Amino acid sequence: MGLPAAVNTTVSDPGIDEAAKSLTTQRIQEVIHRVIDKETAARFRTYLNTCVHCGLCSDACHWFLSNDRDPRFSPVGKVKQTLWEILRKKGKVDPYFLKDCSRIAQTECNVCRRCSMYCPFGIDIAYLLLVVRRICSECGMVPQFLQDTVNSHAVTFNQMWVKQDEWIDTLQWQEEDARSEITTARIPLDKEGAEVMYSVIAPEPKILAQLLGYIAQIMAVAKIDWTMPSFDGWDNSNMAMYSGDFETMGRVERAHYEAALKLKVRRIVMGECGHAFRGAAYDGPKWLAWKEPPVPLIHAVDFYHELITSGKIKIARKFEEPVTLQEPCNIVRGRGLGRKLREIVQATCADFRPPDPEFEHNYCCGAGGGVINCGPPWKTSRVTGNRVKAEQLAATGAHIVITPCHNCHSGIEDIISTYKLGQHVKFFSEILIQVMEIPDELKAQ
Amino acid sequence: MYEFASGPLVWIAFIVFFAGMVYQFMKLLMLAKKDKVIYPYMSLKYGLRSLFHWIVPFASKNMRQRYEVTIVTFAFHICLVLLPIFLAAHVVMFSFAWGPRWATLSEHAATFMTIAVILAAIFFLARRLMMPEVRFVTFGSDYILLAVAVAPFLTGFIANRQWFDYETTVIIHMICGAVMLMAIPFTRLSHMLFFPFTRAYMGSEFGAVRHAKDW
Repeated sequence: MGLPAAVNTTVSDPGIDEAAKSLTTQRIQEVIHRVIDKETAARFRTYLNTCVHCGLCSDACHWFLSNDRDPRFSPVGKVKQTLWEILRKKGKVDPYFLKDCSRIAQTECNVCRRCSMYCPFGIDIAYLLLVVRRICSECGMVPQFLQDTVNSHAVTFNQMWVKQDEWIDTLQWQEEDARSEITTARIPLDKEGAEVMYSVIAPEPKILAQLLGYIAQIMAVAKIDWTMPSFDGWDNSNMAMYSGDFETMGRVERAHYEAALKLKVRRIVMGECGHAFRGAAYDGPKWLAWKEPPVPLIHAVDFYHELITSGKIKIARKFEEPVTLQEPCNIVRGRGLGRKLREIVQATCADFRPPDPEFEHNYCCGAGGGVINCGPPWKTSRVTGNRVKAEQLAATGAHIVITPCHNCHSGIEDIISTYKLGQHVKFFSEILIQVMEIPDELKAQ
Repeated sequence: MYEFASGPLVWIAFIVFFAGMVYQFMKLLMLAKKDKVIYPYMSLKYGLRSLFHWIVPFASKNMRQRYEVTIVTFAFHICLVLLPIFLAAHVVMFSFAWGPRWATLSEHAATFMTIAVILAAIFFLARRLMMPEVRFVTFGSDYILLAVAVAPFLTGFIANRQWFDYETTVIIHMICGAVMLMAIPFTRLSHMLFFPFTRAYMGSEFGAVRHAKDW
């Protein structure tokens, strides 16, 4: 074959390694049969039987392109190394093989769905790898850092073991900070009948608390009637969706919507995160057998677009530094927000350098799909597999990369430092705060 | 042998083909019901929109990026479908047995199209052997399927040219045709039936649910 020795097989991850020690071929076979017989049907069978092994999906995948076109990273190559083997052996695979499946499906694919746009048949290769993740998870094999976030979801309904008092304290602290800029800034807790419930991902109170202060300022200037829940359901993130623990995914999504229903809000606005939106708008409802979410839900990008185009937020001055844009898979490919995102960036930034490829064809940041959440053991693999993104960003000549998604923010921060691009990442709200017009009567002295 | 190959074998091949296709289609519908998202998400408008962008040459980004594959694949499939239906020799045999007849291809056009199919098959073979990402996912079955698909055209061409004993080569041609027909419902050649549905579903998911384009 002439391929170099298999990559990334020397990474040690207790979540995978320890699980392999206690699994048997028989147990794995039982799980595989159960998952395939009970949880898959037309799509699984048709996709695998219709794929004519043409390899056209390869050019779509940033892993394949960044790893010098190594066929083991192409979408069909990943399916070959996992599902084709599993089906050929009728599920009778050993724990060491399952370790490879976990590595490939969990850490070497971001389920970004770019491949489905390159396959002539529209095969959902990401779906196939999610089935592999489900099998691994049901066998108890999940990368340790990722499983920790799933455990946190199961116990606390948030991703980062945040306790209720920490949550409320953080909101109050950020409210004070916001009030030092804008006198009317408040973070109303548990306000029944508010128009908007704003939800965030757990890393925000934990490590990015300033974003909570920013949204308080934005809501105050735009005079939005909003609230946040003080109780469980405030976290809209959903790592269980990516590990294959769909039961926990469903519980978390239900808690999020129940919070909104309890507060009788008209709609939910989510902070800048991609996977959270995907979970709440799509994967969660699908598992819970809802055709639509019970409470209307929009992403921050959609919300900012509304605020800017309606004039609720006016732009006082444009952001001067040259900027480019990361187009998060889950809101652009995943929800068609590419146009609106482009419009709000152009409304607020004077020197916008468009990325190429763009919109639905843009590359994944390499961090999403649960990959960055697999933690430090897999970082080298992840940044190696995202080199094309670094090349793409460098080619724009921008200083700032706007990343309206937490995973993209972290992932691109990592490749900026690995490939020494000299750029900085910013959430869109960080730009909006700087350029929005604050009426004099609201400014704090 | 000739009587069998041009008589009962044709019957068997077509019955197996049609019955097999109907079986696969019914199975698809049944499994689609079990796969709870399919019927709720399927959308005629968005399914057709996606299908359109992938059946018109160069209408999707990857078709433009891989233009060489696009040109060869479209030539191959168009000729593959038109030749058996509009070849003069086939039409003559059909109208001799059943009555109706329809327009036929000229001798030149038929020769040109058959050579196109054969050259396209050589291109596909070369692609499988030479491109690492295709070779990695190629198995014996892929080579066999390519052979099964191109054999009727190769043997038909040889029979038409009368390079060897005509009766022998034409019998081989008829057997190859029958084998290909019978193989379609039960192998990856069934993409002929399934591809519009997988494409329409992806178009529906991307279009109706995600409000995005999948081309």
